[in-house]
Amino acid sequence: MSEMLHAQNVAKSFTLHTQGSVTIPVFEGVEFMLSAGECIALTGESGSGKSTFMRMLYANYTCSQGSIKVLHDGDWLDITTASPHSILEIRKRTLGYVSQFLRVIPRVPTLDIVAEPLVALGTDRKTATDKARDLLTRLRIPERLWQLSPLTFSGGEQQRVNIARGFIADYPIMLLDEPTASLDVQNRATVLALIEEAKSRGAAIAGIFHDHETRDAVCTGSFDVTSFKVGAND
Amino acid sequence: MTQMNEPLLRVEDLTMMYGDRVGCKDVSFELRPGEVLGIVGESGSGKSTLLRSISAQQEPTNGTVEYQTRIDGVRDVYQMSEAQRRLLMRTDWAFVHQNPRDGLRMNVSAGANIGERLMAIGDRHYGNIRNNADSWLGKVEIASERLDDLPSTFSGGMQQRLQIARNLVTSPRLVFMDEPTGGLDVSVQARLLDLLRGLVHDLNLAVIIVTHDLAVARLLSHRLMVMQQGKVIEHGLTDQVLDDPQHPYTQLLVSSILQN
Repeated sequence: MSEMLHAQNVAKSFTLHTQGSVTIPVFEGVEFMLSAGECIALTGESGSGKSTFMRMLYANYTCSQGSIKVLHDGDWLDITTASPHSILEIRKRTLGYVSQFLRVIPRVPTLDIVAEPLVALGTDRKTATDKARDLLTRLRIPERLWQLSPLTFSGGEQQRVNIARGFIADYPIMLLDEPTASLDVQNRATVLALIEEAKSRGAAIAGIFHDHETRDAVCTGSFDVTSFKVGAND
Repeated sequence: MTQMNEPLLRVEDLTMMYGDRVGCKDVSFELRPGEVLGIVGESGSGKSTLLRSISAQQEPTNGTVEYQTRIDGVRDVYQMSEAQRRLLMRTDWAFVHQNPRDGLRMNVSAGANIGERLMAIGDRHYGNIRNNADSWLGKVEIASERLDDLPSTFSGGMQQRLQIARNLVTSPRLVFMDEPTGGLDVSVQARLLDLLRGLVHDLNLAVIIVTHDLAVARLLSHRLMVMQQGKVIEHGLTDQVLDDPQHPYTQLLVSSILQN
């Protein structure tokens, strides 16, 4: 399997200047690899830093040390040192991220929000919108809601809009933060199917899954972040 | 593609002093076509001073502002002749003020406000100007029948949208915005943000937007500069600066936002 993402000797600490400049060490010496077609579950108890690590993989959080290299358009780029411009390019074409939060401008219709990542890639609006319709249908968002802003939706509906938006483009690497958290059985099955489809087209996936069933159903391996917690091996 | 990667604007060591007092100090950055740069910081941190110095409204004490002009290549805007600079400012650049009254002529019609910028660059055909003005009213979601009304009869949100239309009608490549959503209530703000984001994307505009509203900065800008006491203390990818701020002042700024 071909390697898509490689984190080497990564460390992370937070310095809280507003609280007496206390420094909180989180990780040290993290080694993590992700290859095409695999889905790795990030594991560890609540508060162990799974989401923090995922945010580092997305360059949303900085790293205090080490490198995170991503295969982008055939070149290995280190997102810990890449320019903002390169990071935005990497996120646009290579690195997808489904977060737990939907952050959008009020008033923009759901259909446009879901289609946006494809439009940004240069796909014509009609094709992008058609694909957005397919995904929203599969995720059981009623058609009467498509022209409304998702900010008025329930938590579960917002989560599904987020998933539709995250899966509309065929990103080579995908990061999924609790994609099935507030979903019912049927919708969870749909998300599992979407993950399987992404795997079979060769996507490299890292995910945080709160339940064993989901993890067992789609993951090809797991990565315990607690083993890289500062002080874990003392 | 290579042209995309060439900076449209390059600011180097820009310093503006008011006597002994620092307006802004040693600011350097580049901006590419289609890129949106947010400048945040509290009142008095030098955001607006910086914006005025970059946009050729106030000559800086030190430093250079270079712009990739359409015809003459890269030029230092403060080395141009007054006539060249004026032409640049009313064609390739646009400035959206916080208060629409500062950017509009209140005693002529909405259509004339838009048409004026076209006439300033030599358009003389009344029918074309009127059609163009009408089409821009549509783009900023103002009904055609308001074309002949005075801006003073418009709501604050409509005035701000009219100011944007007036600015964008000449197809500028670089737009300066000083608190464009400042005096507007929340629902009007959302509409304006949506509109701005669409226009930035569709017209591939480079934008420098000064705001004290971090939510606005997050939704509109690709990169963020945080200013304190005239200096840029943190500069980077917008979500990185807001979610993992490194500088004590940025941490304070981010932790002071009310959650919603």
